[in-house]
Amino acid sequence: MDPTKFQVGQRVRVKNLYPPGHIRTCPYVRGKTGVINRYFGRYKNPELLAYGKSGLPLRELYWVEFAVNDLWDHKPGKPQDKLRIEIYEHWLEPA
Amino acid sequence: MSTSHGHDHPHGHDHPHPHGHDHGNGHGHDDTHILRRKEDVGYLHDTVGRTEHEMDYFQIRVVALLNVLREKGLVTTDEMRRAIEDIEAQTPALGARVVARAWVDPEFKKRLFMDAKEACLELGIDTSAINHLVVLENTGKVHHMVTCTLCSCYPRPLLGQPPTWYKAYPYRAKSVVDPRGALNDLGYNPPEGIELVVVDSNADCRYLIMPRRPGGTGGWSEEKLALLVTRDSMIGVGDALTPAELEARPTPV
Repeated sequence: MDPTKFQVGQRVRVKNLYPPGHIRTCPYVRGKTGVINRYFGRYKNPELLAYGKSGLPLRELYWVEFAVNDLWDHKPGKPQDKLRIEIYEHWLEPA
Repeated sequence: MSTSHGHDHPHGHDHPHPHGHDHGNGHGHDDTHILRRKEDVGYLHDTVGRTEHEMDYFQIRVVALLNVLREKGLVTTDEMRRAIEDIEAQTPALGARVVARAWVDPEFKKRLFMDAKEACLELGIDTSAINHLVVLENTGKVHHMVTCTLCSCYPRPLLGQPPTWYKAYPYRAKSVVDPRGALNDLGYNPPEGIELVVVDSNADCRYLIMPRRPGGTGGWSEEKLALLVTRDSMIGVGDALTPAELEARPTPV
C-alpha cells in the first residue's frame, strides 16, 4: 500500500473549513491541533456517499487524539483527559 | 358546563397538546408496522385507536412510507415483522460473550485487538454490518467511553439498539463538552487520576469497550462472567458488575 501522508505520533491540525453538505468532521475539532493516534485504512468518502455517489476515491482515515482541554475554552477535563475522533486525510494538515 | 372549574384537570381533546413520549426515541420501528391501513375494517369503523395524533412529523412520514410500500406489494407486513425480530435479536449479551472470552483467554484477547471482526466470528457473532470494529480495554490507568455526537453510531451487532440517552442531545453534547460531567450524570465517577479517553464514533469505526474484570471472580466460568458484563460497561459509562452486585440483581426468569 502507498505510504500514508501522516504518521502515528505526528501533530496535525484539522482544517477550519465550513463547506456545505454532509460532513463527518465535527465542528468542535475544526481548527484544533491533535496527534495521529492510529491509522484505520482507506474508506469510501461519506461526503459523496451521502448523495448517492460512489464515494471514490477512497480516503485515508486516521484516529486523531486531542487533549480535552485543548478543545474548549472552559477546560472541562483533567490535564490527562483525551478525546479521539476519526478524521479523513483531506481534512488534515501538518501542525 | 360550570364556569367555576379550575384549570388543572384535563379539558376536551380538540386542541393540540404535548405528550409525554420521548420524541424520536421512545417510538421506534416496533409499533409502526402494526398501524392499520386505510382499507382496514377497523379503520373504517373508527375502532382503531387514533394513534396518529400521538405521533410526530417524522413518525407519520415513516408510517405513510411503510403503507405505500405495502400497498405496492414491495414489502409485506410479515417481512417487516421479521426484520424487526432480527434487529431485536441483537442484544448486549453478544458483546458480553466477547468480553468474557477475552477475560479468560489471553490469546483470544490478542486476536480481538488485532482484528475484532474476525475474533467475533470465532464466537459465531456476525459483525459484517460494521466497517471497522475496534475493541478498547479499560484498565486501572485508562478509561474509555464512547459517544456519537453526530447521530447514534453504535456497535449494534454486539450491543443491539442504543439506549435512549445515548441518542439524546444531552449525552451527545456533554460527553465531549464535559465528559466527566456526563459520566457523573449517569451516576459514574471514574477516579480523578485516571486518563479518561472519550471516543467520538463519527465515521467508519464502531467501538466496543472491554471493561475491567472485577475482583473475586477467579475460577468463574465464561458463561457466569458474561453476566457481569453490562451494556453500559461496554459503552464505557460504567464498570462491570461486581459479584455482590450480580448477586443483588433479580434472577432473570
